[in-house]
Amino acid sequence: MRLRLLTERLTSLWFLCLSVVVMLLTAIVAGALVHRSLPILRRHPLGALLGGSGWHPMQDQFGFLPFIVGTVWVTVLAMAMAVPVCLLSAIYLAEYARSATRAVVRPLLDVLAGIPSVVYGLFGVLLLVPLVSDHIAPWAAKHLSFLPGATPREGYATGYCLLTGAIVLAMMVAPLIISIADEVLRSVPVAMREASLAVGATRWETVKHVSARFAAPGLVAAVVLGFSRAFGETMAVLMVVGNVPMAPRSVFDPAYPLPALIANNYGEMMSIPLYDSALLLAALILMVTVLAFNLLAQGVLVIAKRRAAQ
Amino acid sequence: MKWRLLEEKVFRALMILCLGAVIAGLALIVAVITAKGARSLSWEMLTQVPKGGYYLGKSGGILNAIVGSLALAFGATALACVFAFPVCLYLQRDYAGRSRLASFVRTSLDLLWGVPSIVYGAFGFTVLLYMGMRASLLGGIIALALVELPIMARAMEEAVRMVPQALKEASYAMGGTHWETMRKVVLRQALPGILTAILLAFGRGIGDAASVLFTAGYTDNLPRSLLDPVASLPLAVFFQLGTPFPEVQSRAHACAFILLVIVLVVSVLSRLLGSRVSKYSLR
Repeated sequence: MRLRLLTERLTSLWFLCLSVVVMLLTAIVAGALVHRSLPILRRHPLGALLGGSGWHPMQDQFGFLPFIVGTVWVTVLAMAMAVPVCLLSAIYLAEYARSATRAVVRPLLDVLAGIPSVVYGLFGVLLLVPLVSDHIAPWAAKHLSFLPGATPREGYATGYCLLTGAIVLAMMVAPLIISIADEVLRSVPVAMREASLAVGATRWETVKHVSARFAAPGLVAAVVLGFSRAFGETMAVLMVVGNVPMAPRSVFDPAYPLPALIANNYGEMMSIPLYDSALLLAALILMVTVLAFNLLAQGVLVIAKRRAAQ
Repeated sequence: MKWRLLEEKVFRALMILCLGAVIAGLALIVAVITAKGARSLSWEMLTQVPKGGYYLGKSGGILNAIVGSLALAFGATALACVFAFPVCLYLQRDYAGRSRLASFVRTSLDLLWGVPSIVYGAFGFTVLLYMGMRASLLGGIIALALVELPIMARAMEEAVRMVPQALKEASYAMGGTHWETMRKVVLRQALPGILTAILLAFGRGIGDAASVLFTAGYTDNLPRSLLDPVASLPLAVFFQLGTPFPEVQSRAHACAFILLVIVLVVSVLSRLLGSRVSKYSLR
């Protein structure tokens, strides 16, 4: 009898301890990164690091600007491709599709979400890189050369470029955005939809004026979560994006995103002073950005839930 | 009037097109990797470790990476489980209630879910340096467990939350303690969901490259102890693709194919297992 109660106490305590550890884990990871990036922050002001464009670790010059610009561009481009496609797909799944279709498509999306990033990367190398360098880039050079971002730098038309990275990234975040957006749209009360249909609105009008409006915060959250996932994706982008530390000027230029910078250089060249500190600062920048976006998305989702509960 | 109906039709077609494109993307990935990978796959590749000159195109296989990846993913999944399962139980009303702590833990898990795996890799390597260790199986397991923990916890909590309160109360009414109720009622009822969560995390873990890049190292040997460096499939793809030799590159394709097959098998397995074990739960 006593033993039962002792077990009860001990397991409760054990659960509590592990929960506290998990709660502190975010802070521990962030704290370690801050601690290790302090040496470089003491030597150089943060503004100079973020705004500087020269990257010469041997000469004590650490400018993150090309990497930050590269990350932002590849992510924004990927989202520009993914968001319309994903939202339309999610609307179809949630509002139009029969349950048999849903039962087939949802598992497929889960499979798509589970494919390892190196496989996406290899797919990009095998199919997209030749496609971009042999077809898309020449076509753009011929027909779109009046646009500012369509001509690559001299000597960099290899197909390993911003556009290829963005396509791979868009394919990777699509299942995530579709699943969340689909869930959000499904949480719109049926009665609201029926009220709109009953007064003679078409399905699309119902989506436009009722469902999408009602689910707007959740849809925003889906996009923001997709953005932050894309922002930190490493291997797939690294394999196709070219990795040249210059701020890209066109979509056919190579770029060098922050995660690729860390992956390519960390663990080696530790003899150069401040180098590892600089790379951990890069990791910290990534983490802070992603956390900010995720907190934003969580906040918006809370609003969405409250709305749905009313 | 006609305009409205036209709009409806256009958008409907557009949506089907979009969803079709996403599914076609999946099919294309599987097709390309299978076509390229299956061609260079051989029995030798699956059963041998790299021999001298392997990375120049000589004979050998990638058994080291297969074994290493399995060891990493099993270890990390087990470690993540040790944390995820108790925490999910704790987050129920029965333990934490609606306390501040529970909401902090949830937020932390949500945030950890979003942290890129490269950050976990960098963090893991810092910890290894701090403890004076080299890149090793243990280091890789720790970093990978960090990646898997939020994925597993999120899916597991979903499963545990689905257990009806009345079922638990029936157990309490008969004098069961919390722990007994968890073990005999909640665990059994939520088992399909819990297994799915574990397999989901395993599938994500085995394919993750960025977290093991610095922490697990790479070697041509099979791991003998937790402190040995260990190879892994994602990194085998990455490194072999980076060599200039077509023979070695085609082995990278084969590695990616093996990885894809493992992930797909795990995914199918979790579905089958989920429905098979669910006969033990009430509904």
